Amino acid sequence: MTVGAQSGATLELDDIQHFLVNRTPALAARYEFLTFPTSGIGRAWLSGILGKVGTARTVGAGPPDARWVTVAFTWNGLRSLGVCESSLETFPEEFRQGMAARADIIGTTGPNAPEHWIGGLASPDLHAIVILFARDVAERERCREEHARFLQECGARLLSSLDLEALPPYDYAHEHFGYRDRLSQPVFEGTGEVPTPGSGGVLKAGEFFLGYEDETGVVPVLPKPDVLIRNGSYLAYFRLQEHVAAFRDFLRQNGTTEEAQELIAAKLMGRWRSGAPLVLSPDKDDPELGKDMQRNNDFNYKGMDPYGYRCPVGAHIRRMNLRDTGHNMERRRVIRRGGTYGPLLPQDAPEDEVERGVAGFVGCASIVRQYEFAMNVWVNDAAFMDLGNERDPIIGTQDSSFDFTMPKRPIKKTIKGLPAFTTVKGGAYFFLPGIKALRYLSAGASESSSS
Amino acid sequence: MNEQDWSRPAAMAIPKEGYFKLEKGRYGPIFPRTPIGYGFTIIAKVKPGREEALREYGRTIEKTIGTTPDALAVLKLHSLKWVLFDINNDTYFMYQGVFDTDFDKYSEDAIAIFTATGITTAFVNLEGFPEDWKTNAPAVIKFVRDHHRPSFLEYGEYPYVTGDEIKKALRMKQAFSGMLDQMQ
Repeated sequence: MTVGAQSGATLELDDIQHFLVNRTPALAARYEFLTFPTSGIGRAWLSGILGKVGTARTVGAGPPDARWVTVAFTWNGLRSLGVCESSLETFPEEFRQGMAARADIIGTTGPNAPEHWIGGLASPDLHAIVILFARDVAERERCREEHARFLQECGARLLSSLDLEALPPYDYAHEHFGYRDRLSQPVFEGTGEVPTPGSGGVLKAGEFFLGYEDETGVVPVLPKPDVLIRNGSYLAYFRLQEHVAAFRDFLRQNGTTEEAQELIAAKLMGRWRSGAPLVLSPDKDDPELGKDMQRNNDFNYKGMDPYGYRCPVGAHIRRMNLRDTGHNMERRRVIRRGGTYGPLLPQDAPEDEVERGVAGFVGCASIVRQYEFAMNVWVNDAAFMDLGNERDPIIGTQDSSFDFTMPKRPIKKTIKGLPAFTTVKGGAYFFLPGIKALRYLSAGASESSSS
Repeated sequence: MNEQDWSRPAAMAIPKEGYFKLEKGRYGPIFPRTPIGYGFTIIAKVKPGREEALREYGRTIEKTIGTTPDALAVLKLHSLKWVLFDINNDTYFMYQGVFDTDFDKYSEDAIAIFTATGITTAFVNLEGFPEDWKTNAPAVIKFVRDHHRPSFLEYGEYPYVTGDEIKKALRMKQAFSGMLDQMQ
């Protein structure tokens, strides 16, 4: 059977893992990275956990859950579960190679390079990730213990893990530098959601889920077999350490007053830390605008700020979503998931050498076209938008040799030798299968098990 | 003097591979910027009897650009050349472009534009072009890369100047002339 065209209106919510469809009210999370010593062990583990994986239909539909489970596999993981070579070779090259092998392409070099990664993420032994989102830390801990017992029972081995917790105050999502997060998310057909003003149109489901029409109007050529691929997605995982003390030092060095420091922070991001966009509020913060989802994404660049006097052309959000200054943008959108790890560094506290940052996932239908393009061109290409010698000031690979330019009349202000505010500590490419595909994999990944 | 000084003509001899040092892009090696910019030269054999279809396509593109002058703007082009030539009894197609972006970075954007303007449909007249090109962008990109023959020498009379810089200079000249006119 081949994958047939599906319009977005018939998104198979019963067969799609909830992860990229529903956002859950989680304040804690845990990622566990697993290796399967034998295919039998891998299948036993998957069979045991399969019933706990929430679907896009069930999650959020009934009484509030307290925990949400997601499972995904590397290419080596699919092989370890018994997927045959003739199927494995139909997967795209970037997924087969994995993130570590493509570090030069996405620009994670120097201190960000795979030889410095932790948690075994660059190892071919990395087979699977189980992502647990929990309502709170107590529920996370309960699940951790339960899963530890199950791992021991079935023989699967924990390579590493990462605990995540939301940062206080808990009434809005933000990361360690203090920027409000989750302001711009794509909306796709089949969910009934309406994009917030400025967030673009409703996208075809095939931009994120395999087996559906994408923005070209056709279903692209996909790996085989259909039962394994249908309703799946790819996830690019990254663990990004945030150097909070260095970031605060930088602001102090480049701004003599608190207001001047906040403006520098806003220029780097393209938004004030409240979330208010510079294009709409160029001179001072507007916290009410920052939290108003009907207004805080409703702007463009070509029409409203073509030269970057408000939001610098090289600012983080202007790179990650080019809006009306980009081309083919509907084919570059991604779904982001994740959270913060490590303790909050109190204001004015010196560097405490404790790792903290964000660890998240980029969900898409094509790693090379969506995730790798963003990293290679928008984040780490020094020639982006003819800037000449700049990379993304927040998540780009920085080594004090790149600049950051803030257009200003009569003359622009350029900060030379931007330091690195973040370091990539690990990453991997995963395939996030549909529910039927998980059953197929747990039953031995043979065609006879697909019926 | 700066090797990228526009006022000093420059030539670059390029190794057989098409690059000096292997630098991997998303779809394969990245080809270097030369004195004339980035570029490609795609050479492929035309399917028998398809020469007229390609010539007709040329007239279509002329009309497209006539009505939509910015149809190819996103590709940051300096120039494109389409050539048909014969070797023995076979007809070959050469498509040569000079532009300001490394083509590995914008491969998908180029294909989207080619599809929208009909350039891709000319490729269906070439031997080896993937039958499933509409649904298989990676195969199209592979075809382009497989048929790209890197230059061994490139020369620029006004080297390392981008199309945007040229247009900006001409706009300034125009504005300056206008200003002088106003001062008469």
